[in-house]
Amino acid sequence: MNFLPSSRLSSSLFQFLGITALATGAVCLLLFILDLSPINIAGAMAAGSFSSWLKFSQILSIWVPLLLCSCGLLFTFQAGLWNIGIEGQVVMGAIAATFLLRLPENVLPPTVTIIFSLTAACIGGGLWGIFAGVLKNRGGVNEIFGGLGLNFVAQGIILYLIFGPWKRDGIASMSGTDIFARDLWLTSPAGWRVAPAALVLAVLVFLLSWFLLNRTRFGLRIKAVGINARAAQLFHIKPERYGLMAILIGGAMAGLAGGIQVTGVYHRLIPAVSSGYGYLGLLVVMLANYKTLPVPLIAFFFAWLAAGSIQLPIMLQIDSSLSGVIQGACVLSALLVHGLRKKKGAR
Amino acid sequence: MIELRDIHKHFGTVKALQGVSLTVQPGSIHGIIGENGAGKSTLMKIMTGFITRTSGTIFFEDREIPLQTPQEAKDLGIGMLYQEPLDFPQLSVLDNFMAAGTDGNPASQRQVLARLCEKFGFELDPGARQEKLTVGERQQVELMRLIRDKCKILILDEPTTGISQAQQELLFATLDQLRREGTAIILVSHKLAEIHSLCDRVTVLRHGKPAGEQEQPFDEQGLLHAMFDTLPTKTSPPSQGIIGQPILTMDKVVTTAGRVGLDHVSVQIKEGEMIGLAGLDGSGQSIFLQMAYGLLTPEQGKVTSPLHEQDKTMRVFLPADRLREGLIAGLSIREHHLLNCSSSFVLTGSSGRARSEQAISTYSILGNTETRAEGLSGGNQQRLLLSLIPDGARLILLENPTRGLDVQSGQWTWQHLRSRLPENGAIVFASPDLEEIMEQSTRILVFFNGRIILDRPTDQTDYQEVSRAITGQV
Repeated sequence: MNFLPSSRLSSSLFQFLGITALATGAVCLLLFILDLSPINIAGAMAAGSFSSWLKFSQILSIWVPLLLCSCGLLFTFQAGLWNIGIEGQVVMGAIAATFLLRLPENVLPPTVTIIFSLTAACIGGGLWGIFAGVLKNRGGVNEIFGGLGLNFVAQGIILYLIFGPWKRDGIASMSGTDIFARDLWLTSPAGWRVAPAALVLAVLVFLLSWFLLNRTRFGLRIKAVGINARAAQLFHIKPERYGLMAILIGGAMAGLAGGIQVTGVYHRLIPAVSSGYGYLGLLVVMLANYKTLPVPLIAFFFAWLAAGSIQLPIMLQIDSSLSGVIQGACVLSALLVHGLRKKKGAR
Repeated sequence: MIELRDIHKHFGTVKALQGVSLTVQPGSIHGIIGENGAGKSTLMKIMTGFITRTSGTIFFEDREIPLQTPQEAKDLGIGMLYQEPLDFPQLSVLDNFMAAGTDGNPASQRQVLARLCEKFGFELDPGARQEKLTVGERQQVELMRLIRDKCKILILDEPTTGISQAQQELLFATLDQLRREGTAIILVSHKLAEIHSLCDRVTVLRHGKPAGEQEQPFDEQGLLHAMFDTLPTKTSPPSQGIIGQPILTMDKVVTTAGRVGLDHVSVQIKEGEMIGLAGLDGSGQSIFLQMAYGLLTPEQGKVTSPLHEQDKTMRVFLPADRLREGLIAGLSIREHHLLNCSSSFVLTGSSGRARSEQAISTYSILGNTETRAEGLSGGNQQRLLLSLIPDGARLILLENPTRGLDVQSGQWTWQHLRSRLPENGAIVFASPDLEEIMEQSTRILVFFNGRIILDRPTDQTDYQEVSRAITGQV
């Protein structure tokens, strides 16, 4: 028996090194087979993203929604729920925000409208999350299937709106709704690809998540429910209620990501508003081993891969899907290392 | 037919079987009886190849066989009817009947099934889904599959648990018929009446050792004596405190949860009582405790308690499987105490430290505030659970409170429980250990098939009566 926390620290360091080595090895092997140089690729991706502030801010603009989704997923994973429905929650957040932004102008000052629309985004995403939660609690529908179904419904709603009631003057198009009035944008300074307000919000949400999950009774209860719902009942905790709260918070954070994409990035509602950041967030949190602190770093790494890979076709004639391969290799390595460790522990 | 010689099975340091020998003749029913943990299941699993023996030899039709895998047992014609039918609930009766068979033709199998049904008097609809069937009917499907596959040795594990009287009579008739056709049958049971009416021979196991063998006609006293440890006839139960107001009343409670559920259970628990729940594992004790705590709601009947309306912390339940049902693996001792009684929303790394440090010293838990539940030994997990009982708890429900504890920790546990209980409180505990029940309780409830078949103050009963009740004799 070992009570020393230092051994825990060294074992997580060991795990981290193991995951990195495994993932790097797998990716290098793949590139070797394809006769590509890992160094050239890394160089191109670095050049594509760190050479100027403009390019660096491009990474941050991906980092913001990814971090928000990942923070939301931390809550549901801690509560033992697989919130696959996060994509739909992002979409519903975007729709709710758009609804407020499209209201007749000059009723409220633009700043207030933006604040209201982001709040609406949180509510929209949160309610969509609650929907999956209630289906689980009341209807016995596993949150994975419920969430997956609701993703399709959300996608249907957004397409209906873009091609129906909210279509552009004269033409309905996949390119989305009309662009909002400029004063309803979350503005970015010249040379920035990301709105400073969005960055601030993302950091605040991360701090809030860390605080709630690690420094409150609420977070401890969510964790207890996630590990052992049966035992949690003996501590007078209602597992269903805490599961619902976790998915509400998770959905609200995902909805906020959708709202920010609408006001800060696209300035209109587009069909692919979620860009798959919800699903990518699942990978981020898994790679973080469901812990809070590594999430911003891993989200940044993934955002860098996504942004940097855009350069690959231009500079090296390699398809940009390589970033997805690297992300997948990382997560599989992480799952493998954690799985092996668990198996060893069980023996 | 089959002979087991000097079988030993060790799980680590635990000796589950020590030198068990058994010979079963074709055309006979051989009973195996014993109380919880006597080694009955282990012996059956060795015969069906699910676990391998540590030492000993097995002869089948006079030649020595290895018998290491389930496939080998199946090829020899050893079939087992499990207590929980091993079937595919979503499939039809016919599909279940055909599964594991060699003939995949539904039409011919349907005829085989119909013939067998007619022969043994079973009424089964081949098209019905297995999950719609009663336990007894599911058992019949399994049984016919084994008969179709020309099973030479049929092992039945507590076959009458959870089936109706009519189904039981039909089952017994079937077993009798099979015996006449030359099948060797092994019947594992704890019900003496069953053994009496069916078996030709019976072997008693106790603590993994053979404790006696008898042929018909059986001497019931001798069997009971062999099953249970030799016990003093006189015991000194704890002195009766002052019995006060009822704190929990069950009125004709019915549920189908668990293996046998609860069947019209009525009981009143009063202040000052220490109630011991006796009975074979899974006879309803655990369901009773969960019902009393409020984890289950009755399908019929009523559970009333003045405590239910008052503060929730007045009731506590300590389950038997501490790490899986009572504690939260991954959380530390400190975090358990925080979950239990933290009044503040914001927690820091030192919240609850003083309280958990005190608990560690009061309850002599081997660990520190940051030790996680899964890092504690079984005894220390129990100490942690005990330390979580809030002051002033009035109804303490425990399932196997001293399971896995050494004698000293066991005594310590009881000391603490007594000292923690206020005068207006009550303790209800289930235990597989009859001695513990006789020593610690002021009143005994014996469970049999989901019913309370004996309810007596401890000083007005004895080992004899209680152990008879455990086997269903009242």
